[in-house]
Amino acid sequence: MEKSIKRYFPVFLGPTFLAFLIGFIVPFLMGIYLSFCDFRTVTDAKFIGLGNFVRAFQDGDFAHAFWFTALFTVTTLVLINVIAFAVALVLTREIRGTNLFRTVFFMPNLIGGIVLGYVWQLIFNGILSRYDLALKISARYGFWGLVVLICWQQIGYMMIIYIAGLQSIPGDLNEAAEIDGANGWQRLWNVTIPNMMPSITICTFLTLTNGFKLFDQNLSLTAGEPMKQTEMLALNIFNTFYGRVGYQGVGQAKAVVFFVLVVSLGLIQLKMTRSKEVQQ
Amino acid sequence: MKRKARGGWFATILFTVISIFYVAPLFIVLINSFKKKAFINLEPFQLPSEKTWVGLENFVNAMEKYNFLESVLWTVVMTVGSVVVILICTSMFAWYITRVKSRATKLLYLLCVFSMVVPFQMVMFTLSLVTDRLRLGTPWGLIIIYLGFGAGLAVFMFCGFVKSIPIEIEEAAMIDGCSPLRTFFSVVLPIMKPTYISVGILETMWIWNDFLLPYLTLDLNKFSTIPITIQRMQGSYGRVDMGAIMASLVMAIIPIVVFYLSCQKYIIKGVAAGAVKG
Repeated sequence: MEKSIKRYFPVFLGPTFLAFLIGFIVPFLMGIYLSFCDFRTVTDAKFIGLGNFVRAFQDGDFAHAFWFTALFTVTTLVLINVIAFAVALVLTREIRGTNLFRTVFFMPNLIGGIVLGYVWQLIFNGILSRYDLALKISARYGFWGLVVLICWQQIGYMMIIYIAGLQSIPGDLNEAAEIDGANGWQRLWNVTIPNMMPSITICTFLTLTNGFKLFDQNLSLTAGEPMKQTEMLALNIFNTFYGRVGYQGVGQAKAVVFFVLVVSLGLIQLKMTRSKEVQQ
Repeated sequence: MKRKARGGWFATILFTVISIFYVAPLFIVLINSFKKKAFINLEPFQLPSEKTWVGLENFVNAMEKYNFLESVLWTVVMTVGSVVVILICTSMFAWYITRVKSRATKLLYLLCVFSMVVPFQMVMFTLSLVTDRLRLGTPWGLIIIYLGFGAGLAVFMFCGFVKSIPIEIEEAAMIDGCSPLRTFFSVVLPIMKPTYISVGILETMWIWNDFLLPYLTLDLNKFSTIPITIQRMQGSYGRVDMGAIMASLVMAIIPIVVFYLSCQKYIIKGVAAGAVKG
């Protein structure tokens, strides 16, 4: 059978492969190459070695964006996963209205980051203006504003994954533990959570990478104000490319650093939680 | 083992209150879209009164001044076009690389998985150069870019499903004289229907809301999408028309909510299926 399929490879592989080449492989390889070049457009690219990387690491805004992003990611990772897990635990029990609650909690997820940013800007500024304050006057407000927004958006999504995980745990495991005299907490720590590790792996991976890659919400809620203090990595890279003339090379170098960072953090995280997964 | 939770009614009341707070931001935007623009920042949490009510003026403004409906149209073209193309092309691609075992197909699979983890910032600048050079900066052209950039997740999910289809079914069809194309479209495709729905929903959610990719690659003098139009309303210096923004936000959210409520079952299934990628 393989042989006869093989002859059809232009039909089956052609379109996707071509688009993949244009949309991903070529830009990716060009991106790697250009990070070692000085350029405005591609035609005037001049190889300069590691100069762009040196300038990227000397950029104080970039370092600040890194720490801001890291702090933001850790905060949201913990908040989203703890809350989503707790909500999933409650909503898998037999209480009235679970379906309605699931529907409500999941909904913000479908709305795009730009739209959500402006929705919450209205809310936060409405609250803060009562005290003669505004969202964009302090990095602290911007930070917590973003945290609230992202929690609101992503808790529902993670909740769905946790609910699917909880429903796949065989009921007799908990029953057996109960007969053995384990109380609620012991069952949660020793039965439910170990069996939920695959879901926990996925959700922490998603919240970690989503946090680091966050862009739309950052742009629309605070746009980095005040004074770039709430600028996260992705927005910093964007502003380096399009906000400063002659910094394209530095922007591309930052993008490469960002790429390596996201991929390695993701891999480390997968390794760490995977090792805790148990076989059922 | 089904058990009634202790204090079930308490949980219900608590979650009802939380749910109300959860949808409140969207509700507040809705009520503000009917207010005069000068009052929106002054008293965002009050219902429109006789003094502040403007009816549909903000909606009319958003449509006339900012061509909102046109950006809706382009967003629909881009999303529907891309999703249809992605579904057909990547499922064929995935079937081929799963059924034909060679070093090349293995490499293609790994490349697809790899592309899922690469952040967009890594390729955004060079991608905009490529689309510019190839004159793909139209909603139609972006369909090709979305096929390339969205292939990773789609191929990954389709491959996962193809592996679970017993190969005997396809062999039987081919022995009966079906060409590989016919086998794919009349045997494999119907079996994969649930995966088509899941992938379709995930890609729709992504493309409909995507801001940066179209912002950098579209010819913005001619085309706009919903997120781009909203961003430009706020981002343009000078007077910001809060009324038009509120109306646009409402018009951006309503189709999503309708879509969600009408195919909620599939959306939630699709999300749960897509999450297995970890």
